[in-house]
Amino acid sequence: MASTATESSGVAPTAVAGHPGARRRERLPRPLHPGAWWLWAIGLATAANLTTNPLVLLLVVAIVGYVVSARRTDAPWAKGFSAYLVLAFVVIAIRVVFRMLLDGGAGTTVLFTLPELPLPEAARGIRIGGPVALEGILAALYDGLRLATLLVCLGGANVLANPKRLLKSVPSALHEVGVAITVALTVAPQLVESGLRVHRARKLRGEQGRRLRLFRTVAMPVMTDALDRSLLLAAAMDSRGYGRTAGVPRASRVLTGTLLLVGLAGACVGTYGLLDTTTPRVLGAPAMAVGLAAAAAGFVLSGRRVQRTRYRPDPWQLPEWVVAGCGIAVAVIVVVAGAIDPAGLRPSTSPAQWPPLPTFAALGLAVGLVPAWAAPPVAPPSGGSS
Amino acid sequence: MIRIEGVTVRYPGAGSPALRGVDLVVDEGELCLVVGRTGVGKSTLLGLVNGLVPHFTGGHLEGRVLVDGRDTATHPPRELADVVGVVGQDPLAGFVTDTVEEELAYGMEQLAVPPDVMRKRVEETLDLLGIADLRDRPLRTLSGGQQQRVAIGSVLTAHPRVLVLDEPTSALDPTAAEEVLATVTRLVHDLGITVVMAEHRLERVAQYADRVVQVHGDGTVESGDPAAILEGSPVAPPIVQLGRLAGWSPVPLSVRDARRLAGPLRDRLEGRVDAAPAPTGGEPRGAHPLLLSARGVTVRYGDLVAVREVDLDLAAGEVVALMGRNGSGKSSLLWALQGSGPRAAGSVRVGEGVDPGTLPSHEARRLVGLVPQTPGDLLYLHTVEEECTQADLDAGRPAGACRALLDRLVPGIDGATHPRDLSEGQRLALVLAVQLTAAPQVVLLDEPTRGLDVPAKEHLTRLLRELADAGAAVVVSTHDVEFAAEAVDRVVVMAQGEVVADGDRAGVLASSPAFAPQVSKVLAPQPWTTVAEVAAALDLREGGAGWAQRPEG
Repeated sequence: MASTATESSGVAPTAVAGHPGARRRERLPRPLHPGAWWLWAIGLATAANLTTNPLVLLLVVAIVGYVVSARRTDAPWAKGFSAYLVLAFVVIAIRVVFRMLLDGGAGTTVLFTLPELPLPEAARGIRIGGPVALEGILAALYDGLRLATLLVCLGGANVLANPKRLLKSVPSALHEVGVAITVALTVAPQLVESGLRVHRARKLRGEQGRRLRLFRTVAMPVMTDALDRSLLLAAAMDSRGYGRTAGVPRASRVLTGTLLLVGLAGACVGTYGLLDTTTPRVLGAPAMAVGLAAAAAGFVLSGRRVQRTRYRPDPWQLPEWVVAGCGIAVAVIVVVAGAIDPAGLRPSTSPAQWPPLPTFAALGLAVGLVPAWAAPPVAPPSGGSS
Repeated sequence: MIRIEGVTVRYPGAGSPALRGVDLVVDEGELCLVVGRTGVGKSTLLGLVNGLVPHFTGGHLEGRVLVDGRDTATHPPRELADVVGVVGQDPLAGFVTDTVEEELAYGMEQLAVPPDVMRKRVEETLDLLGIADLRDRPLRTLSGGQQQRVAIGSVLTAHPRVLVLDEPTSALDPTAAEEVLATVTRLVHDLGITVVMAEHRLERVAQYADRVVQVHGDGTVESGDPAAILEGSPVAPPIVQLGRLAGWSPVPLSVRDARRLAGPLRDRLEGRVDAAPAPTGGEPRGAHPLLLSARGVTVRYGDLVAVREVDLDLAAGEVVALMGRNGSGKSSLLWALQGSGPRAAGSVRVGEGVDPGTLPSHEARRLVGLVPQTPGDLLYLHTVEEECTQADLDAGRPAGACRALLDRLVPGIDGATHPRDLSEGQRLALVLAVQLTAAPQVVLLDEPTRGLDVPAKEHLTRLLRELADAGAAVVVSTHDVEFAAEAVDRVVVMAQGEVVADGDRAGVLASSPAFAPQVSKVLAPQPWTTVAEVAAALDLREGGAGWAQRPEG
């Protein structure tokens, strides 16, 4: 016990955040706050969403790729980046192939001609096959690339920061919703696991043919298994104090929850309204304002009574500000670049031409690369820590 | 610490109450062991302690339960979380988070323990349970013993005064079980925690208990000194049975106590040593035809080699135990032998040289039948009757074949019962009957003893013997050394995917301290492994007089 005490007291100071002498410590290996990574990724994604210039988009992909390779850990969720890249290629390929098949002829530079499928009179205006023009393919390629870049940004955030840890950082008033989502996320792999197990067991019973019965023979036991598990989990969570009210009156809890959910919904709708110019004005700034006000009220109310604490919360320090700031800066720069030089961000595909590289936007994107150094280094693989 | 006063628990729809008129006091720092047959209400009794019964399970509770002065009628489980910690049978099912460290902190977060205290307690608990090197590991990648210790740690961080454990070692190999139990006794002795624990494997825990609570079939309970209660209990561990046989009073509960009393018994048995051991496995293996012959069987999952070039021969009429720690490749080997599991290399020949791995599944099961670890996976229909009919269809046997088998295994199961409502033992029997309907020559069972109580295990022992006598080869993977000592002829021990020992039961079991059954520990260096052998030897010697009688008073 004595050795434990000294050991833990030796560790404790690193958990204390924000006192003046803390400068040097920021370079120690530690995970960055997941929120910072997500803000950075959303910033880059916003930038990517505003352009169809393939050079700019490829630049974004390169930046994400470089930062991921520089700052990813060896955690289980950090291994899937290549899967996102593959998915991105698939998206581009689907987009281009469908354009070739369905509406390839929009343009003058015909590359080749596919055999055309004759369609009845009722389907006029739809063409399958026929000539394929360079302009149409380019437009599809740019559009697909944009979607693919968004996917890569999302994948980068997923690989750099555990989304579950992000859920842990939700305000305490949303804690219960957060736990529910966390638990729901573990259900999927469990279902797959018990599905495989039951399927294997079914083979032992030697049933052949009869594919139609698959639902009854596999899905039923899997579902009952999932139900059993969730009951066990619910009992365990109840026994460990989940949902303790600790003297907070029910009405106040309901009010807080409602305010926060309204706030969240308002903020979502508001963001959508602000970004998408085709939605009615009311859904923009006013919805955002209402949402933020409700959320603020909820936070104040829930903050009055501390019902639970958080173990080793991720600190939000200078590196977090820098990383999140870089993401926001990239988004702002691209918005500005779009205002100055709209053609640079949306190069013409008809007539087809080599896309220009907008200097201002490209230089601005370089800011997105800063987290590769600004974020604290990654801890070496665990094992030698104690 | 715990006062249960005049409690009767009745579940809706059940004819008789699950618990009837229970009066029980458990003092601070006691290790209280709850024993009884499956389904008699042990879990209900444990659930009373933190209010899961009736708050979570439903049902009607009469009487009063006080834990540390709090009445569970007015305190639901979450409000008792700071006093009572509960660890279930399957630790994985109760984990809320992903990694060890977060799991240890979860309960404290709910109780609003200040962050600096949390940090300190997590470090202390990691050291107390010896799991400091696991702190960053994902929970799903841990072994069974490690998971169970993390589960205990995750409730300990809240500093409860009472720990409730529902069969904490049922899924663990002997060594891992020892670790968990050593941890529990250490908590009782060092920290004065009150422990209430249900356990079927009495031989593991009886010696540590301060009090034994026996739950009877009618819902009444009897509590008292462990030796006194177990002496008259139908679920006594082998050491107590040996004590009864030898007339020791009070009966010993630990190997140490028994050895100190066993001097005269060993002297009396001395003359019978040559004639005694292995009444079942005495015949040489070569006398029977070889039913299954495996050569160089290898199973791998990616980089992990689960089974490494195993050779195994099974002869008609033998019951073989497959033992080894969790993750040593026992299940993978069984699945590979059956043919439906993966097999990277090697050959399996059954009967006249047919490889079940090359056959479609409905033909493979006529050669080798496998009862998997969770037998319930095989069942999906709504009644036992439907399952039996389906089994007849699948196996191409005349109607009623499966039902007849089932009646031979466990008579009297109502055909209209839903398979999920059967007891563990009954469900195992149903699945075994379904598999036997295809009349395989080789029968494999993957950990069938999990969750079985002592009488059910005795019944299984007889069933396996009957199967073997009818000319089948039977392989049982198990962690239960006492069961192995009773049930099998031959023991195969695996480690890291390889066979490290293969020989007759007495030789393999007695030679290793981890696998030695209690009787053999008490009577070493003599080769006895079961109480039945000792009884038989004494009968021969003394003409059946005296020894088998239970002392009165």
